[in-house]
Amino acid sequence: MTDKFDKTPAGSPAGQVHVSKAATTAPENIKAIPVRHVGRWVSGAVVIGLLVALGYAFSQGNIQWQAVGDKLFDSTVVAGAGRTLLISVLAMVLGVILGVVLAVMRLSKNPVTSWVAWLYIWFFRGTPVYVQLLLWFNLALIFPVLNIPFIYKDEMTDVMTPFMCALLGLALNEAAYMAEICRAGIQSVDEGQTEASHALGMTQAKTMRRVVLPQALRVIIPPTGNEFINMLKTSSLVYAVTYNELLRSTSQIGSTSYAVMEMLFVASIWYIVMTSVFSVGQYYLERRYARGSLRSLPLTPLQRVKVSLASFSNRPSGGVSA
Amino acid sequence: MTTPMVKAEGVHKSFGAAHILKGIDLEVAPREVFCLVGPSGSGKSTFLRCINHLEQINAGRLSVDGELVGYRQKGDKLYELKDSEVAFQRRDIGMVFQRFNLFPHMTAIENVMEAPIQVKGEAKAVARARAEKLLDRVGLADKKKNYPTQLSGGQQQRVAIARALAMEPKLMLFDEPTSALDPELVGDVLDVMRGLAEDGMTMIVVTHEMGFAREVGDALVFMDDGVVVESGHPRDVLTNPQHDRTKSFLSKVL
Repeated sequence: MTDKFDKTPAGSPAGQVHVSKAATTAPENIKAIPVRHVGRWVSGAVVIGLLVALGYAFSQGNIQWQAVGDKLFDSTVVAGAGRTLLISVLAMVLGVILGVVLAVMRLSKNPVTSWVAWLYIWFFRGTPVYVQLLLWFNLALIFPVLNIPFIYKDEMTDVMTPFMCALLGLALNEAAYMAEICRAGIQSVDEGQTEASHALGMTQAKTMRRVVLPQALRVIIPPTGNEFINMLKTSSLVYAVTYNELLRSTSQIGSTSYAVMEMLFVASIWYIVMTSVFSVGQYYLERRYARGSLRSLPLTPLQRVKVSLASFSNRPSGGVSA
Repeated sequence: MTTPMVKAEGVHKSFGAAHILKGIDLEVAPREVFCLVGPSGSGKSTFLRCINHLEQINAGRLSVDGELVGYRQKGDKLYELKDSEVAFQRRDIGMVFQRFNLFPHMTAIENVMEAPIQVKGEAKAVARARAEKLLDRVGLADKKKNYPTQLSGGQQQRVAIARALAMEPKLMLFDEPTSALDPELVGDVLDVMRGLAEDGMTMIVVTHEMGFAREVGDALVFMDDGVVVESGHPRDVLTNPQHDRTKSFLSKVL
């Protein structure tokens, strides 16, 4: 590098060449010896070593991998996964609806509704969902008959099927959390938005629907996605109320076939597949609601792959070796 | 005698213990450009917000175009208006905010179309045609598909003016419309406002732009500590202030 610069002013015609070169080519990049990150190499090696040890342990364990493969798509298991999905979706839908109602009650100027909503949230967030499930399951012990005058009357044990216990237990618990998420979302919208909307002659209700909620959704959606993914996993607790979801159906196979751990692996695989699929869905949903909050949307992973492939093929050569 | 566009008689407003407006009396004539100036905290923005009932007054009477704001009077009793009735009153009063307050989840043209469609039940095509005309008028025809975050402050404020105009108001309130803008962007917004004034719009402008007040204003009120200290034609008040408080304020801003 130094040679080049020393030589150019020496000859008179070379000077001209130098000028035109400077005008057309980019400045020469800095060439420095990179810092050696010894620590990174060491820690990387340690972690890989531990992973190999873990892999070796599993290969030596008394695991019938055959059983995992055989039972992965067993009809009982698939049906169990289907029920996990069903109860999670239904509980979430019910939870969201109830949660929005509770959030609006909580924010209302009516002290009675606001206080009742607070009480609900206090109880359902303050007690474990497992306990709540058992409360629903054992409801018949204190109310043997469900009697809503003139409307409905039946034995409590007939009403509180495992499905109903699971649905009520999960949904009512979820509603308390969703209420707080919705409330935070609504409150996150700048007051100037409400004022601007009112100043245009929009009523409170219209302001809420057209201006506040669409902006609140951006804040509400990401945690709601997390809540749903949590719900997929929490739904395994309804094992306790004898609802035949994924964990219960795999465990039953496990206890009869003595492949306990193998069946837990099967359940884990199903759970991780379901949560992964919904995580991807959530990513795109969040993108959809980010409209207007960013100057330009970040690329999706797929777009990023495309761009990096494109930049790979026309990467300028000779940047470093000049 | 024509009804004044805005008439305030002994208007008081407190926030808890803070007494912000201490008896404001003033009249704004139709087609007038009425400038409110004064130090911050003097209550000029609060007064402006009372005019379209964003704030509720505690005492006095405040009317727009002969109609009480936020109340109905029957005999000597006052009845609070319902939410929908307050909203109906606000249809005719446009407001432009210091912080623009555009709806960030809508494009520029959607911002302008929103109120006519939602409030007046106007057909989409009609609202769109007017919105395009208005955006053209404020010089932003080519930005109609942009979201507010993609616009500069001055552009956002001009969209906000177009949004208020879309309701075809008879009165426009401007709450320090250029205070949040970079100096070089102020001119565009003031040009739009000047054009509005020339078209005969009744405007109440809270501003620190004394140049604008002098050129465009028909009347000027200097407020301090919740009262009107001095009022008159902008040229007279700005060049020959009578009150000491006005003099010391103007010496700092001019």
